[in-house]
Amino acid sequence: MNATSAIIHGAVYGTIICVVILTGIAVAIWFERKFAGRMQSRLGPTMTGPVGLLQPFADVVKLLQKEDIVPRDADRGLFDLAPPLAAIASLGAAAVVPWSPKIIAADLDVGVVFVLAIGGLMVVPTFMAGWASNNKFALIGAMRAVAQSVSYGVPLVLATMVPVVLAGSLSVSGIVGWQAQHHWFALWPIIPGLPAFLLYYLAMLAESNRIPFDIPEAESELVAGITTEYTGAKFTLFYMAEYVHTMVGSAVASALFFGGWDGPFRPGLHWMVLKTLLIFASVYWVRWSLVRFRSDQLMALCWKRLTPIGLGLVFVAAAFVQFWPGGAR
Amino acid sequence: MEMSARVERAVMTMNEPQVVTVQYQSAVRGNVDPHLSIRHYDPEADMMLLHFGPQHPSTHGVFRMDLHLDGEIVVKATPYVGYLHRAVEKLCEKLSYVQQTPIVDKNDYVAPMTNEQALNMAFEKLLNVEVPRRARWMRTLFAELQRIASHLLALGTFSIDLGGALGGGSTLFIHTFRERELILDLFEEVTGMRFHYNTHTIGGQRHDLPAGFDKKVHAALDIIESRIPEYAKMTVDNAIFKDRTVGVGVLDGKLALELGITGPILRASGVDHDLRRDAPYSAYDELVPRVRVETAGDCYARTRVRFDEVTDSIALCRKAIDGMPEGPINGYKPIRQPTMAKATSGQVYVGIETPRGELGTFVVAGGDTPTSPHRLKIRSPSLHALAAIPYIMPGATVSDAVAILGSLDPIMGEVDR
Repeated sequence: MNATSAIIHGAVYGTIICVVILTGIAVAIWFERKFAGRMQSRLGPTMTGPVGLLQPFADVVKLLQKEDIVPRDADRGLFDLAPPLAAIASLGAAAVVPWSPKIIAADLDVGVVFVLAIGGLMVVPTFMAGWASNNKFALIGAMRAVAQSVSYGVPLVLATMVPVVLAGSLSVSGIVGWQAQHHWFALWPIIPGLPAFLLYYLAMLAESNRIPFDIPEAESELVAGITTEYTGAKFTLFYMAEYVHTMVGSAVASALFFGGWDGPFRPGLHWMVLKTLLIFASVYWVRWSLVRFRSDQLMALCWKRLTPIGLGLVFVAAAFVQFWPGGAR
Repeated sequence: MEMSARVERAVMTMNEPQVVTVQYQSAVRGNVDPHLSIRHYDPEADMMLLHFGPQHPSTHGVFRMDLHLDGEIVVKATPYVGYLHRAVEKLCEKLSYVQQTPIVDKNDYVAPMTNEQALNMAFEKLLNVEVPRRARWMRTLFAELQRIASHLLALGTFSIDLGGALGGGSTLFIHTFRERELILDLFEEVTGMRFHYNTHTIGGQRHDLPAGFDKKVHAALDIIESRIPEYAKMTVDNAIFKDRTVGVGVLDGKLALELGITGPILRASGVDHDLRRDAPYSAYDELVPRVRVETAGDCYARTRVRFDEVTDSIALCRKAIDGMPEGPINGYKPIRQPTMAKATSGQVYVGIETPRGELGTFVVAGGDTPTSPHRLKIRSPSLHALAAIPYIMPGATVSDAVAILGSLDPIMGEVDR
């Protein structure tokens, strides 16, 4: 593939994947509302469209109609730049996710590193938003977000290193292909595999600011945290970025630990979407069941528990590859 | 460990002389309170002044705290009340004794039944009116049902404070509201109203229990009792919930007594005090309640006391409805006009145990007309609970500040009146 065709391939697939993911987010928001409604013995949206399916679109229209308020003492440039940057950073990781053997925007050799790097970039718009708002609640939220994202980046990297070591590849599609040929890492070897998935899952919740790790937003403490001063379209971008981040995180989890598009009877795309949505739904299950941690407890959990566990898992994975008969690739 | 070291530094900074720029107003009257001695923070002390409220999701209404923060640790907290003041006590001086019941319903809008009860008991004492036995049993039943409803709401809002309106907290909140709804339905059945009942009058009750009410009470109580293990799993037995509440906002029993704190907060601090048992009123001499006492004095103990009181109140309600005596429900002349109750002299104080503590009513008779009091003062438990904030909040984080405020369970309508 020469450079020109690679660019065209990336542009076409990238556009398609962005559009599909953003539409998927709308459906996911509807799903979450229904799901949360059932958990709370209520119905969720019912009035907009059949079974409330148009509710997310109504929300977006409502948000876009709102006045775009910028605080007088805000840092205007940073304030305006933060929301689109958040959307870009969260969508960027979707580029290397293989939705099927063929559907992948950019099949990078270092796909896993790319996902981690661009996911780690999310902290920049978050802090920009908190700083530029010139609001004390937003500043505390940004402070918490930086501490949390930087800390939880470590167990996240360690968890993703387990499939990398087991498959011997840094390419996401390479790891999925290896699992399709052999076995899913969440099932075998079960000792570094399944704990590594759980570790990844917790770190993903923290990176995408989901309960019980949503302390940067913490609306009962910090009003709305970093998004306190944002309204209208800019708030919509933050709101969307959060969902995209969770969705892409779930997709990466299903690719790294559950064999991605691998599965019988149905095309690979179906399996990939199904696995992603199951992980995505479990995020909501957790979200609507638990209360949140305090920030110092969050740090203690990360550095005292998850990081040592992650180091141990990488070590076990390496030992498995080296010494288990048939464990080596 | 790291956190406690940091707090020590912050508090030391606060006590350095150059920080104290202006003394608190109370110093003029000669009683300097060390916890309230800073009015403006010193910029060099590197503290942030955060106005927490009155428009804030977790202040349970319109309440404001000025938090001085070092990083995220509260160095000093100053509560401000008065945003919901409606001059109820002044209004009561203008209205006749009969007209005041629906006004005080709006004070503690989470437990209106006990508000009415406190007011009318004071008037009965002033006018020397005997309340028939059935009416006293009905008052006890309503008070205990109201206690269940109020504690359920307290549990739900506390979970929202801990878990957020868009998360696990709101799940529990809506579940407790679902059960609270059952009790409101019962009250609606009796009085025709869901919140502001106006059912207590001088000398007894306005509305008798409808036919088949006991079956409905039992059905509702059975449902609530069956859901209690579910709440326990989500709150008092939940690991994250315990992490957030155990050891947070510890209130010493002696300090609580000095501040005039009563009710579940006092009992959670190890003081065995409950007016229902210690100074029985209505039918509590016959239906003796079990008094729960915890010794820790932290947010968890306060939640635990309320949680256990729900179970106790269910048992008490069952006894009350099963043993409900027959007879008249009002021992005073029937209400024909608002000016029918008259008192020219005398002053009385009556305190009862509401879900939040001792709700007292002090009445001085002999106003402009004999039909209305000269002065009426309501002693509300929530106001005293908020007085603990400057003492128990320093050293906590912002997250803890929200938890502490939630565990005090203040109702601003009652605080400001």
